Amino acid sequence: MVQRADQRVRAVGDPGAASAGAAQIEITGLTKRFVTRKGVPFTAVSDVTFTVEPGQFCAIVGPTGCGKSTTLGQVSGLERPSAGSVRVGGREVNGVTRGVGFMFQADALFPWKTVLANVMVGPTLHGMARKDAVELARNWLRRVGLAGFEDRYPHQLSGGMRKRVAMAAALINEPQILLMDEPFGALDVQTKAIMQTELLGLWEQLRPSVLFITHDLDEAVALADRVLIMTTSPGSIKQSFDIDLPRPRGEVQEIRHEPRFLELQGQIWASLREEVERAYAQTAGAA
Amino acid sequence: MWLARVLVPVVVIGGWQLFTATGIVDKFFFGQPSGVWHSLVHLFQHGTAFGSIWLNLWVTIKEALYGFLLGTAAGILLGLLLGQNRFLADVIGPYIKILNSIPRIILGAIFIVAFGLGTFPKVLLAAVLVFFIVFFNAFQGVREVDPNLVANVKVLGASPLQVARHVTIPSALTWIIASLHTAFGFAIIGALVAEVLGAQHGIGLLISQAQGQFDMNTVFACMTITSVVTLVAEYLITLLERRVLAWRPPSRAEAASI
Repeated sequence: MVQRADQRVRAVGDPGAASAGAAQIEITGLTKRFVTRKGVPFTAVSDVTFTVEPGQFCAIVGPTGCGKSTTLGQVSGLERPSAGSVRVGGREVNGVTRGVGFMFQADALFPWKTVLANVMVGPTLHGMARKDAVELARNWLRRVGLAGFEDRYPHQLSGGMRKRVAMAAALINEPQILLMDEPFGALDVQTKAIMQTELLGLWEQLRPSVLFITHDLDEAVALADRVLIMTTSPGSIKQSFDIDLPRPRGEVQEIRHEPRFLELQGQIWASLREEVERAYAQTAGAA
Repeated sequence: MWLARVLVPVVVIGGWQLFTATGIVDKFFFGQPSGVWHSLVHLFQHGTAFGSIWLNLWVTIKEALYGFLLGTAAGILLGLLLGQNRFLADVIGPYIKILNSIPRIILGAIFIVAFGLGTFPKVLLAAVLVFFIVFFNAFQGVREVDPNLVANVKVLGASPLQVARHVTIPSALTWIIASLHTAFGFAIIGALVAEVLGAQHGIGLLISQAQGQFDMNTVFACMTITSVVTLVAEYLITLLERRVLAWRPPSRAEAASI
């Protein structure tokens, strides 16, 4: 892995141009209400306000079902807020936001496309000529360490490899903002750590603004510049923590043992714990 | 396994021959394998009252094929359209269900009267039979599309048309192709039934003539010929399926099946 990371740095070699394309995400008073199947109105998120500065890596942590994914849906423009507003790069989001990369919790690769064709979808949709798109996609597959797997189909790859394809597909258009919805949630612990390190490597080269959703506090602290704690439903922002661990962070597994990491992790856990317990009590009460 | 497999037709056909030869079963009503064979040879060597067997076979295949193509095209088109558009589905859906409940073979009688003894009414009946099978599969296929994939391609900047091209259609294709196996069988049935109801050429006409003359052997011979045609078509569709759906993981059920 270390060797691969080094290759990547050499491949890019122009860190100066990186953060120019990042956009600010400004969320003000965001509220989203649904009507459940039984016809009962349900408030998923309530009055969420925060800003992700251009190039910042921001993680949202909260108990299951607190509306983290809902928040992300509003930022991507796939869903519309019931109240409040989302602005990306100073522009109000209405319709699907331009310049967004999205990594989903579930596999969102096209099973009928080869690895190469999957990665090519982004540039193709932006009107890039086929030949250029092929070249760009090959380049990206090299960057995520999947050179030689171009002609495979997703079902022939391991979970970690599929995530790499998804990562290349999400980053190939060099998005201004990257939205990630528990992207590594389904991976085993070792693969997860490797993928986190790879993500950090790629992010440090491109520097888009990131909104990263997870329920894994260690993951959030290891990756992010800022960690937001979300309350249990209806979700709202409870507290914000700045993570002042130095960058580049290098291997994710090793950061976990640093005293500053443990200190921050402890502070944030004290805040998160209440919410997790409250969420547990809610579901236990309902059941 | 192979031995047992060979044994099945030997026992069935041999038993049939034996029972009719000994007179336990009347070969006048039930035909006789050796007689069926003679009829087959006769059909191919001496032709029929309505031209050579090849001409008649070709007419039937042509009708079934046109009907198959027409019905499949209409089924896919309407299935994709209604599958993606909830409003259209709500408006037209109930009527399709009503039409589907009509015993469609009867439509053949109407088509023959309305459009004469030519090729067109046969094509139409075959197409109607095929349409509903393909339509319901295409419709369901569109409904079963993974919403994650749609979200993904939308975020990447796809227009509704591009969503259809990259996600909906390839996803529905699995369902559509699966339906084609059954659909071709129905196309043949449609063509044959329409021919039985009234025609100038075709296997269906031969069958109805032979039935009129109590010539069961020829009926069985025609049945054998159409079965071969359907089997060949089935094989071709399987080839198409393998080609188009090469991306699919080999499922355990398939590996164990025939």
